[in-house]
Amino acid sequence: MPSPGPETVLYGGNTACVEVLSADGATLILDAGTGIRRLGVTLDTTGRLDILVSHLHADHILGLGFFAPLFEAGREVHVWGPRSSTMDLRSRLARYLSAPLFPVHLREIPSRLTLHDVPLGQFEIRGVQLQAGLVLHPGPTLAYRLQEAGQTLVYMPDHEPALTNGIFQKYAAWTSGMALAEGADLLIHDSQYTDEEYREHVGWGHSSIEQAIDFGQRAAVKRLMTFHHDPSHTDADLERMHSLAEKTENLNFELVAGTEGLSLEVGSGQQKNERGGSNT
Amino acid sequence: MSRKAVVQHDIELILARQLAAHLGTPMFIVDARGALLFYNEPAERLLGRTYEENGDMPLEEWSMVFRPTREDGRVIPTEELPLVKALAQGRPAYLAPMLLTGQDKVQRRIASIAFPIVGQQDRHLGAVAVFWEV
Repeated sequence: MPSPGPETVLYGGNTACVEVLSADGATLILDAGTGIRRLGVTLDTTGRLDILVSHLHADHILGLGFFAPLFEAGREVHVWGPRSSTMDLRSRLARYLSAPLFPVHLREIPSRLTLHDVPLGQFEIRGVQLQAGLVLHPGPTLAYRLQEAGQTLVYMPDHEPALTNGIFQKYAAWTSGMALAEGADLLIHDSQYTDEEYREHVGWGHSSIEQAIDFGQRAAVKRLMTFHHDPSHTDADLERMHSLAEKTENLNFELVAGTEGLSLEVGSGQQKNERGGSNT
Repeated sequence: MSRKAVVQHDIELILARQLAAHLGTPMFIVDARGALLFYNEPAERLLGRTYEENGDMPLEEWSMVFRPTREDGRVIPTEELPLVKALAQGRPAYLAPMLLTGQDKVQRRIASIAFPIVGQQDRHLGAVAVFWEV
């Protein structure tokens, strides 16, 4: 859940949302957590928007009802989500965007809204090549691999690959998410817990930061951004976790602390934080 | 040298294999084409050889290696094996009793039930057989 407050001003307290800008100017939005509310008022495009939802847990769709472009008459918005064999995406989203949970029903939304079931495998949105795959997390949960101009971004916000470890850990083919993450220039991965916290939450669908690093190393990624911070973690907690994580033995990629407002160029070492300052 | 792309199993099969590895019930897992993916330690005791020694096998091979017979000695046709029926018909299948001579040359009287693994979004991914001595 969102965790705004004085304890989280540095890393942020909104839930999952990542804006991806393609070289051709397409805007793809990964997940519609509460972070999408602020994105909606700061977008500098009036064109088509594509929102790719990893799964329908509340923290990943909560921001939809507060996403301003959705309420602009005639605005073209496409929402993509995991397919279900029992209920279409419209019906599942309407469970939230309808009474008693929301005052405006999905069918009343004024934008030109198109809903899509994400195909498993490869597809394209406005010149960006995508690949979607199911990963280990309670309920149908997708991860996305985006490729453009030889650069690869992989988004795995909720993922517990540790459930596929143990005696099969050495086999990439038997590790959830490995094929999607392999060789990514930037992997955005679930890093919710410390190892100690994970022991109390086995099967909850999330990873420790150490497990995320291990996964990133096995996938031979070039950069890993920690993501899906635990709502109980303060900025001080995250500083501590990252500081420790950066000391991981044989860490062979750049570790980036997921921070609200952080802007990264996939495939380059450049990053900047819109709150001020830059890191190169 | 370029890295060979990972061909990853579906997460439902990954989880099935993990579950089998942790259970004390003999289990045998195949993919959608019937190729052997894994059998666990309790199954190894009945089949007479470890999975690591045998490795993955196509249906045509494992159905000859583990060739159960009826009690009168007649070989059970491949298409009547519970795993093969579960794959073909998309529903559970049961057969008992059978005589299974393991690769350790020990003959055992067994029963088996198999069910198809139907993943999210109605993908038919394989089948699992549970078998036991009777």
